[in-house]
Amino acid sequence: MPSVHFTPNLRRHLRVDSTEVEGHTVSDALSRVFRDNPGLRSYVLDDQGRLRTHVAIYVDGRPVRDRTALGDAVGEGAEIHVMQALSGG
Amino acid sequence: MLLHLGTRKGYLAFRRFGKGDWRCERTAFIGDPVSQLLPDPRDGRLYAALNLGHFGVKLRVSEDGGASFTELPAPAYAKQETSAEKAPSVDLLWCLEPAGPDPGSLWCGTIPGGLFRSDDGGRAWAVNEALWNQPSRERWFGGGYPHPGIHSVLVAPDGKRVVAGVSCGGVWISEDAGESWRVRTEGMFAEYMPPEMREDPAIQDPHRLAWCDGDRRRIWCQHHNGFFRSDDGGETWTSLDVPPSAFGFAVAAHPGDPRIAWSVPLVKDECRVPVDRRMVVARTRDGGANWESVGRGLPEGDSFAVVYRHGLDVHPGEAVLAMATTTGALWISEDLGDSWDLVTAELAPVYCVRFGRP
Repeated sequence: MPSVHFTPNLRRHLRVDSTEVEGHTVSDALSRVFRDNPGLRSYVLDDQGRLRTHVAIYVDGRPVRDRTALGDAVGEGAEIHVMQALSGG
Repeated sequence: MLLHLGTRKGYLAFRRFGKGDWRCERTAFIGDPVSQLLPDPRDGRLYAALNLGHFGVKLRVSEDGGASFTELPAPAYAKQETSAEKAPSVDLLWCLEPAGPDPGSLWCGTIPGGLFRSDDGGRAWAVNEALWNQPSRERWFGGGYPHPGIHSVLVAPDGKRVVAGVSCGGVWISEDAGESWRVRTEGMFAEYMPPEMREDPAIQDPHRLAWCDGDRRRIWCQHHNGFFRSDDGGETWTSLDVPPSAFGFAVAAHPGDPRIAWSVPLVKDECRVPVDRRMVVARTRDGGANWESVGRGLPEGDSFAVVYRHGLDVHPGEAVLAMATTTGALWISEDLGDSWDLVTAELAPVYCVRFGRP
């Protein structure tokens, strides 16, 4: 099963744990994470379900290409990292 | 007397112990931008709107005066199935106001232009469709932000009459608690637009609205192109000559005397610094016919201080003024603006100041 990991910066605001979930796309995998942790959704996605502008997701070291529907495929054993982009001051 | 501050780096509360003696007694969200606060006079709750940047806008509420906060769902647009790339998402929670006498009824003005309402203390929100679906909203645009936003919502005590200010989208009035709206900007003008659009209501940029609690026909408007007064509850507007400049962002209305108002002038839209870099407050005591520059105690030169839209507040009972700046200074006046005491100059840029309501 794919593993999903989150930037520790999110822990300032709410509980987040690395987890293994079923899923064939990034959207599938995140939906299962949000089912168990619904408050996390709005921290990662905007009102329309798009990836927030300053959040980055990597699958096995590659940034996702579909930031709107998160349709990038994830394989069995994929490592998904939800990270905070570098911005602000 | 308690004063709440939302800054780029957190929430602070200052308590008055005597004239010029205000001390910070509480902080929260250190490091996070706090875009708006509502100390709710109806039930004692304190709402805090955050803009976490990476992780979006958030709404928190405190039931214990700010000692601890819990998360509420922030206003959000319903997911649209079509044109997913352009569908709206809330960028900023810009103003929060009680929506009437019922505790838990709230208005929240946002960027990109949605006015949201909750009737259960922020547990559920819905966009006000009557305003969102106005055909002229297509002509609204952002002023300083990529998208338009609602920064001012004035609400009559019974909740029926609502006056909302949009940058840039005009002044909108409802007589039925938001069921229907009309735009009213007669007398306002926009020099930043082509001549034929100068008086178009839907592109006016009221920076901030404030009305007198004792006479709500009197509304003051700090606009992008000037300072305006309404004597008829926002139906029509009169341009006022405010020295040293009619440009600025903030405005405050005396709670009991409709003749008194304050603004914090800057040179002009393309040069947003105090005139001669001397920070002053412009005050009228005769309904706007005459203005005086007041501010004994404020920096007499070398100032780059800007007071944002929500950076000036007046205590509803005592007429004490609080003013805080982008340069991180908090000032208090207890004599209607004649003189000011510096509380601290070490804050992050300040987005909003609000007195706790008695």
